Amino acid sequence: MSISVQHISKSFKKVTAVNDVSFEVNEGELFGLIGPDGAGKTTIFRILTTLFFADKGTATVAGFDVVADYKEIRNNVGYMPGKFSLYQDLTVKENLDFFATIFGTTIEENYDLIKDIYIQIEPFKKRRAGALSGGMKQKLALSCALIHKPKVLFLDEPTTGVDPVSRKEFWEMLKRLQQKGITILVSTPYMDEAELCDRIALIQHGKILQIDTPQEIIKHYPKKIYDVRADNMYRLIESLKSFEHHYSVYPFGEFVHYTDKREDFNPQELQQYLAANDHQNIKIEITKTTIEDTFMELAK
Amino acid sequence: MNTWRSSNASTQNKKMKNNNVIEVENLTKKFGDFTAVNSITFEVKKGEIFGFLGANGAGKTTAIKMLIGISKPTSGKAQVAGFNVFTHPEGLKKNIGYMSQKFALYDDLTVKENITFFGGIYGLSRAKIKEKRSELVEELSLEDIVNELVGSLPLGWKQKISFSVALLHEPKIVFLDEPTGGVDPITRRQFWEMIYKASNSGTTIFVTTHYMDEAEYCDRVSIMVDGKIEALDTPKKLKEHYKADNMNEVFLKLARGPSPALPEGKGANN
Repeated sequence: MSISVQHISKSFKKVTAVNDVSFEVNEGELFGLIGPDGAGKTTIFRILTTLFFADKGTATVAGFDVVADYKEIRNNVGYMPGKFSLYQDLTVKENLDFFATIFGTTIEENYDLIKDIYIQIEPFKKRRAGALSGGMKQKLALSCALIHKPKVLFLDEPTTGVDPVSRKEFWEMLKRLQQKGITILVSTPYMDEAELCDRIALIQHGKILQIDTPQEIIKHYPKKIYDVRADNMYRLIESLKSFEHHYSVYPFGEFVHYTDKREDFNPQELQQYLAANDHQNIKIEITKTTIEDTFMELAK
Repeated sequence: MNTWRSSNASTQNKKMKNNNVIEVENLTKKFGDFTAVNSITFEVKKGEIFGFLGANGAGKTTAIKMLIGISKPTSGKAQVAGFNVFTHPEGLKKNIGYMSQKFALYDDLTVKENITFFGGIYGLSRAKIKEKRSELVEELSLEDIVNELVGSLPLGWKQKISFSVALLHEPKIVFLDEPTGGVDPITRRQFWEMIYKASNSGTTIFVTTHYMDEAEYCDRVSIMVDGKIEALDTPKKLKEHYKADNMNEVFLKLARGPSPALPEGKGANN
């Protein structure tokens, strides 16, 4: 077991940030904490990286207790916080040298681990970190978190605010790191990234809603989901919400995801209802469930 | 429904032809020898939901700063809400709404104080502010939290209130810079329903996002690559043209220009 979290709770004044959370991450696993802002993801990261004490519960990382063995944990994990936390006034190269020195190593010693990532920012190694673009800052931060060859890597919302192309590249980097035997705990508010993890925990308001592989979580969704389309999206949503048998109505890209309260729902009936309400070019088709559908159902 | 914005139609701007509320021609911004925005041309119609997409560093933020009158273009033409961005940036600012994820509301003021403050900034009378405030409280069901500090609210709430505040002065256009980043999926959808509603009553929405499902909600979408607009059309036509199943694929095909090692980070603040 690489990470073990048992009944952890943490409050700040009146706010319960983490409420009796338990989960385990296997060695070499890519595990995702999936949830929106304010779900408690960052608090969990800070407890596991020994920056906060939990109010209740216990946790171990790489076999070390987060309270008793905090020094060992700090030597054995890499942590990339959500907020860019490198030295803005140091150059790319200086930042990396600094972190290597702190951990008693050199860039050369573990270069093969960061090579794929670092070569992309190496042309800018003399630029101050503060002057880098978002994507490059992210790559530098990941290089710094890896330079001491950690057993466990903690990545707190590494892709928030990052465009889809850079997000895709980042996940490809994570997959390669995983193949080198590093256990990765990553958090994200992007539900589509959940499907790239081995296992995920869906989390909201400090509570875990469900833990499983993305495939299993999708399989347990209780209803059939229909893609509904018509010419005027705004009116379509209004009409669907007024349909007496509707269970959920959520815009999903070019479609609206519709579920019905009844087991024996017949799409023909909805088609007629929409036609009677003056909708044009109506299309209703059964569709695949996504993690986002599941999350919304559990979070309701 | 949304009665507090019903006067919008009558204040329609007469200066622009064809119902356009934004007209941009060859708009360019240079920082030294770096061209952040490279001769972009487009129009946005009244009531349209216009998606303004691009990779980090493509020049979106620099372009928006010019359109909202806080950054002077190097060359080109731009008319926004009837005002020339070169000559009348102050008049422009009074006639648009703006909201970003980074700066929305004051955390250490209450919801009520924020509404009052921004109403004042936009020059509304006390009576008008009071009227707007009660409409907004009812519309968003804010009764229980109106005296809470904004800092204590979940992000989703902040963003919904912030959007409504950006509409307080009944602007012709609202600029939304990544309004839903990090917001939970249910609130994200409620937010888009608010956008639809505003657009339906005639307000133009100019929005940036990194969620490609949200790009599908837009009437038209532009994609910026290395300072230029590489594509601009309805999501449907873009998908047909790039033979893609969804906007994510369109974006992946387009958004990374041939030279990823361009000197990023000089202009736009990403």
